[in-house]
Amino acid sequence: MSPDAAPLEELLLRMWQIRWFELRAMELFEEKLIRGSVHPYIGMEAIAVGVCAALEQKDYITSTHRGHGHCVAKGLDLKLMMAEIIGREDGYCRGRGGSMHITAIDEGMLGADAIVAGSSAIAVGAAHGLRLKGHDGVIVCFFGDGASNQGILHEACNLGAVLAAPVVFVCENNQWAISTPAAASTRIDNIADRAAGYGFPGVIVDGNDVLAVRDVTATAVARARAGDGPTLLEPKSYRITAHSAATKTDLRPPEELDAWRARDPILSFSRYLNTEAGVAAERLEQIEEEARADVETAVEFALASPRPEPESALEDVYAPAKWATAGRLS
Amino acid sequence: MSEPRGDVRELTMSEALNEALTEEMERDSGVFVVGEDIAAMGGLFQVTSGLLERFGSQRVIDAPISEAAQAGAAVGAALVGCRPVVELQIADFVSLVMDQVVNHAGKWRYMSGGRVTVPFVLRGAVSNGIGMGAQHSQTLEAWFVHAPGLVVIMPSTPYDAKGLLKAAIRDDNPVVFLEKRLLYARPGQVPTGDYVVPIGIADVKREGSDVTVVTYAQGVHLALQAARQVARDGVEVEVVDLRTLKPFDIETVAASVQKTGRLIAVTEAARAGSMASEIVARVTDEVFDSLKAAPVRVAAADTPMPYAAPLERAVLPQVEDVVAAINRVVGKVSVS
Repeated sequence: MSPDAAPLEELLLRMWQIRWFELRAMELFEEKLIRGSVHPYIGMEAIAVGVCAALEQKDYITSTHRGHGHCVAKGLDLKLMMAEIIGREDGYCRGRGGSMHITAIDEGMLGADAIVAGSSAIAVGAAHGLRLKGHDGVIVCFFGDGASNQGILHEACNLGAVLAAPVVFVCENNQWAISTPAAASTRIDNIADRAAGYGFPGVIVDGNDVLAVRDVTATAVARARAGDGPTLLEPKSYRITAHSAATKTDLRPPEELDAWRARDPILSFSRYLNTEAGVAAERLEQIEEEARADVETAVEFALASPRPEPESALEDVYAPAKWATAGRLS
Repeated sequence: MSEPRGDVRELTMSEALNEALTEEMERDSGVFVVGEDIAAMGGLFQVTSGLLERFGSQRVIDAPISEAAQAGAAVGAALVGCRPVVELQIADFVSLVMDQVVNHAGKWRYMSGGRVTVPFVLRGAVSNGIGMGAQHSQTLEAWFVHAPGLVVIMPSTPYDAKGLLKAAIRDDNPVVFLEKRLLYARPGQVPTGDYVVPIGIADVKREGSDVTVVTYAQGVHLALQAARQVARDGVEVEVVDLRTLKPFDIETVAASVQKTGRLIAVTEAARAGSMASEIVARVTDEVFDSLKAAPVRVAAADTPMPYAAPLERAVLPQVEDVVAAINRVVGKVSVS
């Protein structure tokens, strides 16, 4: 093993944790232990892990309805994540949020947002707010190709540019919005081209190459931290599952899916580690097993966690305030 | 009503709001203001006048005309510990920020299981009554009252405006703070020095034994004028100024209705689904047995706001409409 393999192994572990977390979540959905829906991040693991590898503890992310991968990559606790999406009291949000709303600010996760492009302006404002507070953190805003046609994203990119806010926009181009291909939604090939309209760099990167994603993110983060403003990254990838565990219809061409399956970001990174970083095949298997065991531990923890008490449904609508505790108001 | 301390001066509502912002920005470096034409110009109504010189362009931000991004940015800044204040030039533009306010600001705390707070204030000028037409004249507070997680405030006097804005900025919850444009220039007594008006506490602006009028903002002034008119006929009207629409001070309202037995709810908003409807519903929920007459709503007609003066006057509630409602609940025949 080469001396610098350990941090690379860590990236592989995170990618496997995402993969197994999502596979187990889909099973738990079928078993009706998860309500609503689950939007798996399978096939896109290199994006979240590559981006977060370029971040420091003091940096923050915003996420989407397809957000589990971002949470794992940022270092959130799998146990508290699984408890949340199963709807238990020990979950990150005490079961109030669910799969699409994991929030863990202390861990650098400002919140997953299930309104497509909804967190883009939030990311800009958080970035400005950090700077006002004298904090040199950077905000990464994850969104998808579908989100790139939302009006709020245009406003947020422009405002971020005007404020030179320390924010990195990451357009995870997975090619499809449920059943509508990206090519049917825009007349341009690259979402990154739109960055020119805001006066900041747009960078296309192979979203299935974790190290390439890490490296372009590092450049964008350095630019943001230096006060030079946003960057729009466009990692191109593909979601290997249907839109969600609840979506039974998948209109994507099977040959396209096969072509992307053959480019599995975890398997290709494993091969790289084996051939370029001298990580033995047994060690690679061990890393996958470790990830799988971490996810099992999380599932056991979650299933043992209590369900929220019905009367607690009225808690936390408002923050503590004099008026909220006076007892006379409603 | 808490008694003001210190010397008292006459200030307009816009001057009082400007003092509130200045004092809170001095008090807390995390408070910043964002909006259109608010920096060098000081805002269309001068509420942010002088702030740029004092606090600089990082805290007094002339934003692009992107209301949704301004509101969203405020939510984000609030999540990392700031206390932003967004100025919507015209309150009708709330339609552009609804997703950020309703789907984000109002829910983020609850969705996070209480892990976060979103202390932000969205201010907007309600510009009816001056011929601004249908897209600059709406009174839309009911939209926010309906959305869980928000605080909704509409002041009627300079004193309340200053104290409530200071309270709103210090509150850890998202606050929608709507200001009646015609009241900006109206003077009132405001003490020097720091004070807050508590959120969620209504104020009895006039005491009376025969009829309770529950209202807010411009409705308070309509009600007070109507009360003076009917007092000549021996009818004593109590005027309850909600000040905060959500949370709702049912205690003050119920006590008044229990005393008078008659309720009129007045709003300048379109009638259907309005705050007036909510006031009547809350009173019938809580103290129906005290009522001696059916409650009456006085509200704007359910139309877009017309431009021409006689039409706008016909749509908006007037003093004589409140007088007619009072006569109806006390059993006097209305002439209209």
